[in-house]
This record gives sequence, structure tokens and C-alpha cells, in this order.
Amino acid sequence: MTGQRREILRVTDLRMYFPVRSRGIFPRVVGQVKAVDGISLSLDAGATLGLVGESGCGKTTAGRTILRLLRPTSGKIELDGQDITKLSSSALVPLRRKAQIIFQDPYNALNPRHTVGAIIEAPFRIQGVKPPGGVRSAVHDLMERVGLNPEHYNRYPNEFSGGQRQRIGIARAIALRPELIVCDEPVSALDVSIQAQILNLLRDLQDEFGVAYLFIAHDLAVVRQISQRVSVMYLGHIMETAPRKVIYSGALHPYTHSLLSAVPIPDPELQRKRARILLQGDLPSPIDPPSGCVFRTRCFRAQERCTVEVPPLVELAPGHHVACHFPGAGPPPGVRLSAAGLTPDLLAQPVLPPRGPQEPPSALNIGRP
Amino acid sequence: MRQDVSRKPEPYLSVSDLVVRFPTEDGIVHAVEGVSLSVARGKTLAIVGESGSGKSVTAQAIMGLIDRKAASVSGEVWLDDEELVAMPDDAVRRLRGLKMAMIFQDPMSSLHPFYRVGAQLIEAALVHQSLSKSDARSLAIEMLRRVGIPGPERRVDDYPHQLSGGMRQRVMIAMALINSPALLIADEPTTALDVTVQAQIIELIATLQAASDTAVILITHDLGIVADVADDVVVMYGGRLVEAAPTQRLYYHPEMPYTLGLLTSVPRMDRERADRLDPIPGNPPSAINLPAGCVFFPRCTYSDRVPDGACASRNPDLIATEPGHLVRCHLPSEERRQIANNVLGSLVGGPG
Repeated sequence: MTGQRREILRVTDLRMYFPVRSRGIFPRVVGQVKAVDGISLSLDAGATLGLVGESGCGKTTAGRTILRLLRPTSGKIELDGQDITKLSSSALVPLRRKAQIIFQDPYNALNPRHTVGAIIEAPFRIQGVKPPGGVRSAVHDLMERVGLNPEHYNRYPNEFSGGQRQRIGIARAIALRPELIVCDEPVSALDVSIQAQILNLLRDLQDEFGVAYLFIAHDLAVVRQISQRVSVMYLGHIMETAPRKVIYSGALHPYTHSLLSAVPIPDPELQRKRARILLQGDLPSPIDPPSGCVFRTRCFRAQERCTVEVPPLVELAPGHHVACHFPGAGPPPGVRLSAAGLTPDLLAQPVLPPRGPQEPPSALNIGRP
Repeated sequence: MRQDVSRKPEPYLSVSDLVVRFPTEDGIVHAVEGVSLSVARGKTLAIVGESGSGKSVTAQAIMGLIDRKAASVSGEVWLDDEELVAMPDDAVRRLRGLKMAMIFQDPMSSLHPFYRVGAQLIEAALVHQSLSKSDARSLAIEMLRRVGIPGPERRVDDYPHQLSGGMRQRVMIAMALINSPALLIADEPTTALDVTVQAQIIELIATLQAASDTAVILITHDLGIVADVADDVVVMYGGRLVEAAPTQRLYYHPEMPYTLGLLTSVPRMDRERADRLDPIPGNPPSAINLPAGCVFFPRCTYSDRVPDGACASRNPDLIATEPGHLVRCHLPSEERRQIANNVLGSLVGGPG
């Protein structure tokens, strides 16, 4: 690794829309799912950018579009300075040496009929790479490097546990020493004790090979553990991008605050005293997103202006980009906020008292007196 | 031998020495090996463990959902003043829904896709209550309103697929609570949901529990949720109960090395970020070939401090280290506490 800062990935105003077709003999395009709706981000060589958001926010589609597993609707993707937005699939083949992906589900990402050896060999075969010492010894080294027993070369994926299968996926991804790996929820299917092993492994591999990660996950604690910078996505848009420390202790977007406050902390005293923001309802449909700011329907700070004007992603401090008309600090500890209206009886009070011994609201007495 | 975890007077549910074994072609699966626990009304007991630890099977055994033809179940399960393990199946079925109810991780698999949400709620009510059809429908709408579903008069006629994941989970909670059971078992109720929706569901369960003094057993692998709502915690590993304590005691003074490993291997947002996590080495044991001694011995980093290799040969007893705090470990109490203090003390506080 050199000390020189070099951009490995730059994404500009990327859009990925999927057509919605009517049923019938002559299907017409009746709408569009705006899975990714104009995101911009950049990633330095050897660094990690975390991309967090809830399911349906477009983070996985973003990752796949960036690797050109999908053909983007518009925008620009540059990998190591080369514009890959419109490359044909044959022109993309050499590119796969530079950029790889690790999937969430280690059970479905591996062909059950191929041995582990064949799976890890595949990149060498497809790219026609002949490592010194032969492919077989390279695969042995890779297996050893990711913590698998090379003697298991001829075993099948079903003979391995979830954590070990994820190691197989990682060995395949790093086989050709790519400069960028898109990690799509790589640890969310794993138990916590195994999750920590895989996170440490990813970090060690980054130190060793200088690979950059676009780390896509919904778990904010995991993202904090591995990322230097973090982007928060909601309904196809990036809401906030900032260095890790800023996201976790100086965020300015109300959605970032809501996400952070919704993650329970494994410390009973702290957790029961924390500020909480209870968001109302669910993610709106990406077929028919709200006008103006997409987050306004669930936002506790929303005002008239948010319904008409889309907030642009603005750099409020060096490296800290926020897309909000009313950016600000989070609520103080002990306060519970929730947007009023959608679920009237349960959560109507805008500020809820902290949990603890208290009289239950009378409207909620169910059944037994 | 009865070992009460919460030590509250008159627990509503009291399980002692529960054993569940499934004979299979590959050998006997020791899913649950001698678990004892109890929970009082108005209280929340969390069962924590990783996949394969036996936590879900424990819940299914309590609910009488284990097929007796496929498994052997022994021990005692006292619900209120009735023992369920020896009870005939149809008698247990009468209690299910009425006195105890369960919600599952995946609401889509417990809601019937062909029937309207309302029809399923009404059926659940009519099994146990003598109501007219229209009263049952009003009750169904009322339940949907109470679990925070907007427009319940319309939603009652929706099919499950028309609802979002969070809404389905609310419907399932409504269905579980429609007969006001005194015990609710929630098996990973929010694992399939996003964090902001998870926060809503956890808040909902806590609010409904407070309103009707329900005993709740919360099964989860998420130590954050446990810290948020549990009064007492049971930690399971390899089918055995390895530690049980009141929540604060367990988080601040854990004594079993496995519990300590769980607490230190999760990335924490409330602490200074370390570059590397401190994972538990190795993999969980197979329920067919449980280790001969302590179930955690193959992954334990402290077993060399125990003389005579006792960890490898003998399963430690569950002993009370403090009133209400049970630990299954061969290490001397003093040593366990010292280890926990050192490990937890080395984690620096403060966000950043």
C-alpha cells in the first residue's frame, strides 16, 4: 500500500429504475420502481465506505449496479478512473479482476455441485490467470489465508457451516487480488460469535492487500466497526455521508438520528436512558415515492417546504454531506420522539417518557382488568 | 429439583429439568438438556443464544408444539397450576391461545395466505370465546387498532400479502393476544424486520404487556433488545442453560466465559471502537455430538485454569453464585469474577 490517496470508485448521479409492466397479452410499462434515484459517492483505494439503510432502500441494487451486474438507467460509474457505465458484458470481463462481490447468503452464493476447490479456482480459470506454482497451490494458500483447512479442497459447500461458507466466498473474491470488493450484507446471516471472526478477517485482508470495500449492511454497529466513511440511504437516495465518527456522534440528518436511536445498545442502564425516536409506519413504495423529500412522511422535523422541494445533498462541513432542509443535532438523552398521526392511539404523543415504572395508558387496557 | 431464575413469588410459568431429544438417522439430537426457568406475570424473561442453542425448541416444548412421535420430551412445565408435559395433546391445545400464545420470527409462515386477516383473527377468537360473528369481527378490528394498524376497519379485510412485514408482525401479535393470554412467547419477533420497525414492535409488546400484566418470554440473539426490555436473562448454549441472572447482573457481572464472549464479540456503538473484535474462536457444537464435559469447553479460552482437565470430562453443575444468579462453570467463583472484570474493564467507554 502506498500513502498516495487514489480514488478507486466514483459514482455520479446514478439511477437504476426497473419498469413495472401491466398484466395481459400486451404488457405496457405502467410505472417505474426507482430503486436507486441519483446517488453519488466515492471510495479511495484501500478504504472502506459503509452503505447503510433499511430493506428496500436500494443499497443492494446500488452495489450491483456499481459492479455493472445491472445496466444503469443513467449516471456515471468510474472504476479506477475508467468509465464503465456503458461497457458491454464482454468488455466487462477483464474488469472483474479489479472488482468483486461477496454475497449475504453463503448458502445460495455457492454452487452446491462444485467442490470448494473448484469454486475458488473459478476466477483463475475464467480470467485465464496462471499463478506461479500452479492454480492448485494458489487455492491452497487462499484457503489457508481465510481460515479454511486446505485438506477440505474436495468437499462440497453443504459440508460447511455458515461462517465457513462465507470464508469460501471471501477466498473466491480475493483470489485475483481485486482492488474493490462490494460486500453485500456479508455477516448478517451469521451468529454474533462468527460475525466477529469474519469482520476481523475482512479487516486483516484489507491491511494485507489494500483492497477497498463498499460495505453494504443494515446493521449500524457492524458498519461502524469496519468503515472509515458511511453513507446512509433511504428510498433510493443518499441522506447523509460523513466520516465514521461524525455519523455516529455528530449526524445532522433526522433519518440518521432515527436509525441510530432505533438500534438497541447491549448495556441495560444506558439503553433504558437513551433518546429514542420512534419512526411511524414503513418505508413508502419506491414506485410512488413521496414528493419533495422522500423521508418527510416519517420525519419528526418535516415542514411544508419538505413536501415541495427535494433537498439536495450539500456539503455542510468538509466531507460531511447532508440532504435535509432542516439539518440539526439529535434529541437529548431521555427524550422519545415520534411523528404524530399515522398510528394515533399508541404513539400519538410527540414526546414519550423513558421506559420505566409508569402507569399504562388507559386506552390500552386489553382484556384482563 | 426446581431452580427459579427470577425468584419472584409464584411464577406464572415454571419449567424444570426440561429435556427434548430427537432421534434421527445420524444419532440422537440433544436439543434441550435439562433446562429450568420461570417467569412471573408482568415480567420479561429473555432466552439468549446462537442458532442451534436450543432456545426455540425450549419455547416449542413449553407450548406443546413438539410432535411426541418425533421426539422425547421430559421434565415439568407448570403453567399457572397445570402441568403440561404429562397432559394429553387436546388439553394442551385448549390452553394454547387462551392462556399462552406465541409469535414467530416470520409472520408470513404463520398467517394463512388464502384467508383474510380478519377471518384468521375471528377464528382465533371463536376457538376460545363464545361470541357472535359480528362481536368477533368488532373484537378483531379493535385488536388491529390496539396493535397500531392504521385504518383497521379496512385492513381487517386485507390478505396477508397486502401488508408490509411490520404490519404482518402486528397482525400476528393481535392474533396472539386476542384471547388475552397471560403468557406470551415471542420467538425472534423482530429478526426479520428493519431496525426502525423493530423499535416499534418492541415498544408495542412492552406497552401491551404493561397494560395486561402479561408474562413474556422473549427469545432472541440480539443482546441490545435484551438490555432494553428483559427483567431476567437465561443464556443457552449447546442445549444447556449455562447462565441465568437478572438483566443488569448478567451484563455487568457475567461469570460464564460464553456469556462474556457474547458480550465482547458484538460490535458496540456505545464504546470506543477497537480495530479488531474479540470473537469466540471455533464453531458451536453439533447437537448430535455434544462435548463430553462442559459444552463450551472446546471454545473456552480459560479451561486451562481448571485443574485435572475437569472441563473436558465432566459437565459442570448449575450453581448459584449469588441469589438468582446461576452459572454452569468449573472455574472457581473468584477467578470467574476476576476474568469478567478484566475483560469488561478493558473495553473503554464512550462513543466515538
